Amino acid sequence: MTGQIGNAPRDFAADPLLDVAELSKRFPLARRGWLGGRAPAMVHAVDDVSFTLGRGETLGLVGESGCGKSTLVRLIARLTDPTSGSIRFNARELAALPARDFARDADRARIQIVFQDAGESINPRFTAADAIADPLRKLRGLRGAALQAKVAEAATLCGLPLELLDRFPHQLSGGQRARVGIARAIAPRPDLLVLDEPTAALDVSVQVTILQLLVTLRETLGISYVFVSHDLNVVRLLCDRVVVMYLGRIVEVGPARAVFDNPLHPYTRGLIAAVPRLDGLRAGGLRLAGDPKSPIDPDPHACRFHGRCPVGTDRCGTEMPALRRFPGSRQAACHFATEPA
Amino acid sequence: MTAILDVRDFSVEFRTRSGIVHALDRISFQVARGETMALVGESGSGKSVTAYALLGLLDAAGRITGGSATLEGVELTQASPKELARIRGARAAMIFQNPRAALNPIRPIGRQIADVVRRHAGLSRRDADARAVEMLREVGIPDPARRFAAYPFELSGGMCQRVMIAIAVATRPALLIADEPTTGLDVTTQAVVMDIIQSLAAETGMATILITHDLALAAERSGRIAVMHAGHIVEDAVTAELLAHPRHPYTRRLLAATPTAAGGLADLRAIPGSLPDLRRTDLPPCRFAARCEQRLPACEAPMAWRHLAPAHRVACWNPA
Repeated sequence: MTGQIGNAPRDFAADPLLDVAELSKRFPLARRGWLGGRAPAMVHAVDDVSFTLGRGETLGLVGESGCGKSTLVRLIARLTDPTSGSIRFNARELAALPARDFARDADRARIQIVFQDAGESINPRFTAADAIADPLRKLRGLRGAALQAKVAEAATLCGLPLELLDRFPHQLSGGQRARVGIARAIAPRPDLLVLDEPTAALDVSVQVTILQLLVTLRETLGISYVFVSHDLNVVRLLCDRVVVMYLGRIVEVGPARAVFDNPLHPYTRGLIAAVPRLDGLRAGGLRLAGDPKSPIDPDPHACRFHGRCPVGTDRCGTEMPALRRFPGSRQAACHFATEPA
Repeated sequence: MTAILDVRDFSVEFRTRSGIVHALDRISFQVARGETMALVGESGSGKSVTAYALLGLLDAAGRITGGSATLEGVELTQASPKELARIRGARAAMIFQNPRAALNPIRPIGRQIADVVRRHAGLSRRDADARAVEMLREVGIPDPARRFAAYPFELSGGMCQRVMIAIAVATRPALLIADEPTTGLDVTTQAVVMDIIQSLAAETGMATILITHDLALAAERSGRIAVMHAGHIVEDAVTAELLAHPRHPYTRRLLAATPTAAGGLADLRAIPGSLPDLRRTDLPPCRFAARCEQRLPACEAPMAWRHLAPAHRVACWNPA
């Protein structure tokens, strides 16, 4: 009986692998006017985000497109620099280290990322073996027979037959490409693996095998995952805890099962209600109409969900709700969230 | 129930350099007025080819090799390109995955809707523009008079899909084919877009074919589901019946691989094997046989439909 591990309650808080605090990333829009005119308008992509990730834990990151998931992932993986805040990884502060320098840092191999569509993210002129060997060569300095042995080992761990290693991405099936993407990420033996929608392009049948592979790798290698997905059913299957984001801010955090069964934040409720289910449409399902507000210079005193929220009042337009703690290691940023029954 | 679309023994082949791909093999189904039928299956099963072939949109390598398809009594397989061009847009419409790519990027969205109604309903320019604004309102785009002049790049993916729906239904077609209409959209947007399609279908009596790989979406949004595998329809039943009592081994496998709200990962099962190479000349009568654990010697015999209930048929010699 494997695979259920993911949902068993464990205490990860004692020894976090990753501790993100008050992390923000703003992107300037084109400067208005000449020579230091007004300050440029800012897109608040990630705004004051704090969370921890325990060793061996899998954290789900969900939210609509444009909510800042990808920016947050790029910050954690240290591919871009934060505007402010701290990222502590293995008790080392990484936020101050420019992304350019981190590319050659010893910890680069410890944080790896699996991109959405391996068909798009793998160099089309690299064979599967080249793709897996590349990070080993650059980050671990391996060459020759040692390199080949590590490539074969990573491929085997990911269930990729060795005879496929000479093939180019276009000669592989979607599931095989996904395995190459995972193999190249785990080859340098990271502590933290960021998975950005790893199964979005796959059929359900192939998706099952990839999810099972991820569970096996988590157990054999002891890696922690940050799992980004828009498919809440998949997040529920794989994740210990889940972080729900809305317009750059965290609106809810908690154990995956508790959040899905009994969401505290009205946005989480709307998101879960919108997920199609095999047992058919629920009558009177909550609908989140409209689109999120603009992320450009949002009102710092208003809840980002105000205006789209089914329960909000005038208070939400003048007072930004803070992330409050609730029993069962849960947090929610809503004035009207009440203790779970 | 009168069938708006009646497809019988419909076959499509593609000629490629590496052989003839037998993409669709004698598929048959009917869609009634006001009905939503979902066509589900893995990628490569022939869902989209069915839609493209019906509307005469196959690329040059593909051709219809047999069978018939009638839309409101008009035989589509015999129709001239000119007739098909009239039917497309006027009586049958299609919306595509990735709406931003399907819309004209350099023409205002309102104009694109007006183009369709001028072409097919013969309205004057002013009437067509008014109709376009009305359609934008109908699909729930806020401030439609102003959005008339917007370009696709100015709109979100969900808004673009609404524009495409507006273009498709502006002429009140009898049949709407929605090919993965919400793939790539957020679940919240997906729910809203599907609500719009459903309410339009309910108002106008339009028949809808919902092509999707997502069984859960089909479960919520269709009255009937036809399951495709490797160019065959293998099972066809009323949605609740198909989900509660799937009879074809492939349907059962597909359901067993679909994540649910209740089950864990250990409850999910992958489908062994893969789709057969559709270029083979010796394709077996049942294209699932090689992947099937319920295979019998009888499975070598030519496939025949079994009618298990008035609205439940399965193409299997040994249904569960």
